[in-house]
Amino acid sequence: MTIDQYLFALFALLTCGGAISVVICQNVVRMAFSLIISLASISALFFLLSADFVGATQLMVYVGGTIVLLIFGVMLTSSSALLQIRTSPAEGFLAAGIGVLFLSVFSFTVWSVDWDRNQAKLAGVTAVDVPPQGYNEASSGNTVRPLAMSFVGLRPDKAGKAPGYLLPFEIVSVHLLVVLIGAAYLARTKRRVSAES
Amino acid sequence: MSLILAAESLAEIINSYAECDASSVAIAAVIHVALIGAFFGLPAGIFIWAERKVSARIQDRLGPTRVGGRFGWLQAVADGAKLVQKEDLCPKDADKPLFRIAPYVVVIASFAAFMFLPFTDGWSAVSLDVGMFLLFAMLSLEVIGVILAGYASGSKWALFGGMREAAQMVSYEIPMSICALIPIVMAGTLNLNEVIHYQSADWIGVIPPFLHWNVFHPVAGPAFIVYFVCATASCKRAPFDLAEAESELVAGFLTEYSGMRWSFFFLAEYASMFLVSAVAAILFLGGWDDGFGIVRALKGNSTNVLDPGVIAGNLLGAGVLMLKASKLVLIQIWVRWTLPRLRIDQVMTTCLKYLLPMSCALFLAAVVYPMALVLGTGRPQILPLSNDVPAAAEMSTSSEVEVERAAADGEVT
Repeated sequence: MTIDQYLFALFALLTCGGAISVVICQNVVRMAFSLIISLASISALFFLLSADFVGATQLMVYVGGTIVLLIFGVMLTSSSALLQIRTSPAEGFLAAGIGVLFLSVFSFTVWSVDWDRNQAKLAGVTAVDVPPQGYNEASSGNTVRPLAMSFVGLRPDKAGKAPGYLLPFEIVSVHLLVVLIGAAYLARTKRRVSAES
Repeated sequence: MSLILAAESLAEIINSYAECDASSVAIAAVIHVALIGAFFGLPAGIFIWAERKVSARIQDRLGPTRVGGRFGWLQAVADGAKLVQKEDLCPKDADKPLFRIAPYVVVIASFAAFMFLPFTDGWSAVSLDVGMFLLFAMLSLEVIGVILAGYASGSKWALFGGMREAAQMVSYEIPMSICALIPIVMAGTLNLNEVIHYQSADWIGVIPPFLHWNVFHPVAGPAFIVYFVCATASCKRAPFDLAEAESELVAGFLTEYSGMRWSFFFLAEYASMFLVSAVAAILFLGGWDDGFGIVRALKGNSTNVLDPGVIAGNLLGAGVLMLKASKLVLIQIWVRWTLPRLRIDQVMTTCLKYLLPMSCALFLAAVVYPMALVLGTGRPQILPLSNDVPAAAEMSTSSEVEVERAAADGEVT
């Protein structure tokens, strides 16, 4: 086994362990901490796959953003009813059923892939080593410009043949705008009607 | 970032002597970790001592004078020895596992961000195309440890401190990131070392190279000030130290901590002070570029890492970066002991009503400014370009033309 494989085993274990302890824990803040471990390990798995940008986004959005908001929200509204979550047996059965269904779908998908054939295919794709571009090289350029270009719908790296990501990007931004307006509406101070009027 | 690749070049050097692949990778990784550990721990110790001396100077005292001879320069070591001996307390009402783990979260987040710092040209543990993005992602994790500490202490002071800290760090992160984006947009890369390359230049006639630093750019200059204010706030330094306001909250989220766990928070605070200052130096003050072309002259065109000229240039560059970052840390210390603490509503007003619109306007200006210059003067910058920069500029414009052509093709098909 190479170091990569050991690290993969470690982070995969941490991911699963964190996820399981989210389910087992009853205290919301401990759940959030387990979720942090799980999500951060997922980003470590992305780094192992050389998907730096996805891993960094995972850290920034989920661990640094969502979880902080979650803990913050829990602390602002901290009351004993919210801090301890108890599930009824019916909910447990329902969740377990859905979980088993998901697991079976995933395992079916994983086992139906012919890994040996795909190994050769993947090696062919990932072996193309694109040298990093920079100002100190004669072939200087911009390191993240292709990514930004693809977000506004241009694919210079694929000679304009592949589709860009303009539509998903716009949908996400409109969605975020809706969320922002909703949050502002919920958070605004509601004027109290005085008792006399 | 294959984690192995992080140690690649050093591993190759070791490999050329020892010819054992796996162990040379391991040795290189250990050297990397030890070096970053040194850069993480040493500045923290030095700045704790500097903070004591500077604050004493400002308050007309002497500060530490005895430990280690004349200037009390061993004070940080003595403090550490004292803190190690202290009892590790855990309050009865605390959430014990979280209470114990919170200091480590803060230290690890701060330490991990050091991985992406280019200490000099090519000397970084992990050189990434998205280094800047990942560095800010790591920095944003620090707040989790503080919130956990605030919650898990089982104390009202700590809870209030943690909540204030969360509100403050989450809101100051926004203008800080937008200001950090300005040099990124100007250089067109998220790789920190490339941002420095963008700012380093040779002498052109009588124009000294340091005029190419972003801080002398009409848009990025003000952005540097906004960035530095936000960076000070994100390190929870006075005048933004609401999270541990002694006069109101005892010590905020630190109230229940003692001994080593308490000192971990301080280690992380001073280390991240140094980190944000180093990032400011890299983004706006030219990083390892000394401003008079000495590093570039020493390095020449040699690509061999073990060339004496390259090593000398790299060492000088590392010293220059350390000097710039230390100066900025000293400014943070100076500000802390000069200005009074803001109220929490003033802190939020400063961020959301002033710094955030300022950073957005500056970002817009940074994008529009080169276009306006091109319309007015035909060139994207005022300074004359040096020998290798025009090649880069031409390359990018030609690639843009290709992009437009490709886009036109795409529309046609």
